[in-house]
Amino acid sequence: MPRDKAGQFFGSGHTNNWAVTCTSQFWFNYRHVANTLSVYRSVKRLGIPDSHIVLMLADDMACNHRNPKPATVFSHKNMELNVYGDDVEVDYRGYEVTVENFLRVLTGRLPPSTPRSKRLLSDDRSNILIYLTGHGGNGFLKFQDSEEISNVELADAFEQMWQKRRYNELLFIIDTCQGASMYERFYSPNLMALASSQVGEDSLSHQPDLAIGVHLMDRYTFYLLEFLEDIHPASTTNMNDLFKVCPKSQCVSTPGHRTDLFLRDPGSVLITDFFGSVRKVEITMETINLTSPVEQVEDK
Amino acid sequence: KRQAISLLASQTSSAPETVVTPSQPEDDFQEELVIRPLHSGDIYASFQFRTVWDTDFMGGKKVSHYRLFPKSLGQVISKFSVRELHISFTQGYWRTMQWGQPFLPSPPGAELWVWFQDTVTDVDGTWKELTNVLSGIFCASLNFIDSTNTVQPSASFKPLGIGNVTDHRFLRYATLPREIVCTENLTPWKKLLPCGSKAGLAVLMKSEKLFHSSFHSQAVHIRPVCQDWQCKSTSWELRQTLNVVFDLHSSGQGKREWSLFKMFSRTLTEACPLASSSKIYIDVTDNPQQFELSPATPLLSQAVVLGDRRTYSVYDLTQQATFGSMRSLNMLLRWKSSDGDMMRPLLHGERYVAGYGLQTGEIHTLMYNHHPYRAFPVLLLDTVPWYLRLYIHTLTVTSKGKDNKPSYIHYQPSKDRVRPHLLEMLVQLPPNSVTEVTVQFERALLKWTEYTPDPNHGFYVGSSVVSALVPSVVAMDTNSTQERPLFSSFFPSKEESSYFVRIYTEPLLVNLPTPDFSMPYNVICLTCTVVAVGYGSLYNLLTRTFQVEEPSPGLAKRLANIIRKMRGVPPL
Repeated sequence: MPRDKAGQFFGSGHTNNWAVTCTSQFWFNYRHVANTLSVYRSVKRLGIPDSHIVLMLADDMACNHRNPKPATVFSHKNMELNVYGDDVEVDYRGYEVTVENFLRVLTGRLPPSTPRSKRLLSDDRSNILIYLTGHGGNGFLKFQDSEEISNVELADAFEQMWQKRRYNELLFIIDTCQGASMYERFYSPNLMALASSQVGEDSLSHQPDLAIGVHLMDRYTFYLLEFLEDIHPASTTNMNDLFKVCPKSQCVSTPGHRTDLFLRDPGSVLITDFFGSVRKVEITMETINLTSPVEQVEDK
Repeated sequence: KRQAISLLASQTSSAPETVVTPSQPEDDFQEELVIRPLHSGDIYASFQFRTVWDTDFMGGKKVSHYRLFPKSLGQVISKFSVRELHISFTQGYWRTMQWGQPFLPSPPGAELWVWFQDTVTDVDGTWKELTNVLSGIFCASLNFIDSTNTVQPSASFKPLGIGNVTDHRFLRYATLPREIVCTENLTPWKKLLPCGSKAGLAVLMKSEKLFHSSFHSQAVHIRPVCQDWQCKSTSWELRQTLNVVFDLHSSGQGKREWSLFKMFSRTLTEACPLASSSKIYIDVTDNPQQFELSPATPLLSQAVVLGDRRTYSVYDLTQQATFGSMRSLNMLLRWKSSDGDMMRPLLHGERYVAGYGLQTGEIHTLMYNHHPYRAFPVLLLDTVPWYLRLYIHTLTVTSKGKDNKPSYIHYQPSKDRVRPHLLEMLVQLPPNSVTEVTVQFERALLKWTEYTPDPNHGFYVGSSVVSALVPSVVAMDTNSTQERPLFSSFFPSKEESSYFVRIYTEPLLVNLPTPDFSMPYNVICLTCTVVAVGYGSLYNLLTRTFQVEEPSPGLAKRLANIIRKMRGVPPL
């Protein structure tokens, strides 16, 4: 059950950002939903609007009957941060999160009646952030406990996106066991990838909460969230800092990254290029005189 | 009282103030909250937000200026030629016998029923597109509504608005009993309100409290209504309703005391400035024997709703005095005694699956008529998915042990993977009795790709719908244009002696015979092993020959053989 989040951000000339997220099924995979929602939350906080985020959650944890605190998803057992929040829009949920739908969203091959909120309407000036989490293995990622997506399929989907000019730069983050195997096969330009563990290693979860009864979050995403909480829309932290998130001492697994397909130097790429949003600013030279003050008129 | 805020701007310094008056049709917004304490100690809160707009979506002129009416819904109405749209999302099941009748009934999961205009030529295609668009608007999986769970009821679900076309070809009804309701459905619903969740009654809608409840239902109802009693022109009415029942024990304490703050973790500070009326009604019919209400209010109103005359304390939020000196309103209801009886609901329904094993079963639907001496007819609508093959020849309807023949039966058999079963019956319920409808079914074996990712959870069968005009002890108000609270004006009353009631039974969860999904893998492994062992052995037997081989010679002999090979002489 992968989650992916895509955010687009142009640092050097992109005009819009997109994010796609999805997640996995069953109550004991609560932490995967918490992972996705925390990245969703950071991305929204840094400025990407809901209309530019395709959030996919394969199961409902917040209103699950096993949740002792309904409508909440926590990232830490101190229960300070409700990553679900009060203003969340999930585009694909439950049984809709399938490999086919995920690949269709990426490549844009959706049936004509699909509403806009379920489409990835990116263009060649878009920066996309894709975040995937769930259970994985060497070369595959599990969706919904019944199907898988392989690294070859993913690489081909990205190549299709490149050929259809659907992205300018793409950041791919994956938090699963043996996550580095998923980016081994990429061959399209302008792709940067991060994974929480190398081939042969397992990504571990952070800590359980005895009241809720499950593990709340995975280690890599927990430290990623901590790192992102310090970022604000004007910050100048770059990708090299992101690569240092969750070293082996904290994560137990070794996070990996891949930048050989990326044209720019990672040190010059801002975090907000992918996690935040570009605002369209129009400069006008007109002046408007408001000579009378604003008055409230009451009708009876 | 309407407040219009006008921005004044003038280019010259001495120009008079100009007020911009809108020339588009008038729209009106009202909001209301009804709080009804229940006899079990729980509390029932029902929000209604009503926007009425005197415009014509169906006319030639395209509507482009939206004020109070949400643009997303207006575009849906005009694009898909919708005459009436009713959609509800519910979590939990309404317990009629403990809580009484709800103001607005709804089944668990998602329910959508739509009347299209008679100008629509391809209703099925329009229905499919409409469900996809609504799934995007409400963040729900409504795109799973297709021909396998859509029906065309022939007698139930008559239009609730005005209109004289009742050709049932333009009606579509579907439910998704599995649909989950959570904050992601509440968020877009709140965004449809004119004030959003920033002012007025909608500030109380905090998801952490609303979903920590026994029952939660949010709905959107769109229908055309008459502007006045002559009904020369029509306007479009949008009602957004939210019903929630808070549980006494799960909300902590267990003390029989409720306040706005305890229910919603917020108090009210102002009405929505765009609302022409913003009121809170507290049902004080059992006051002061049962509970005490503070702060007291002099405004009382009586309304006949659900066949009973109830008295309500009214808090008018458009009056500044309501908020008191603290500028915030928090009502407190404290129970004094816990005796007293609730009026027994006259109509009640139950449903369950009987039988054992994974091959056959029996669906039992029970309808209770609790009226001591009046009998009345009810319309029962049953939609059963195609994979439960109903044997209609085993359909029996019995009341008080005797056979009760329905006066009208409409049955549309299912077609595998295309259509579900549709059964509609008009049954007369004798007074003070239980009527039982039973039908046997057989479970089908699905193709292995048709199973959901978690098939051992089971498959849901949508609720049965029981619609009836129940005799009323109190004369109902048939004058529909009088100013009435919103909760009493949703279902129009055509006659004084009865009121309309719709009951939803429980949805059913049925296990289908589920294959072992690891079997294809096991079969491949086993077959390949058998083939490999069998073929390999046969091949070896047929082609292997045995040769006697000399033991390898000593070093001297080997050297001699090499020299002999070089000379071309046969070896030793």
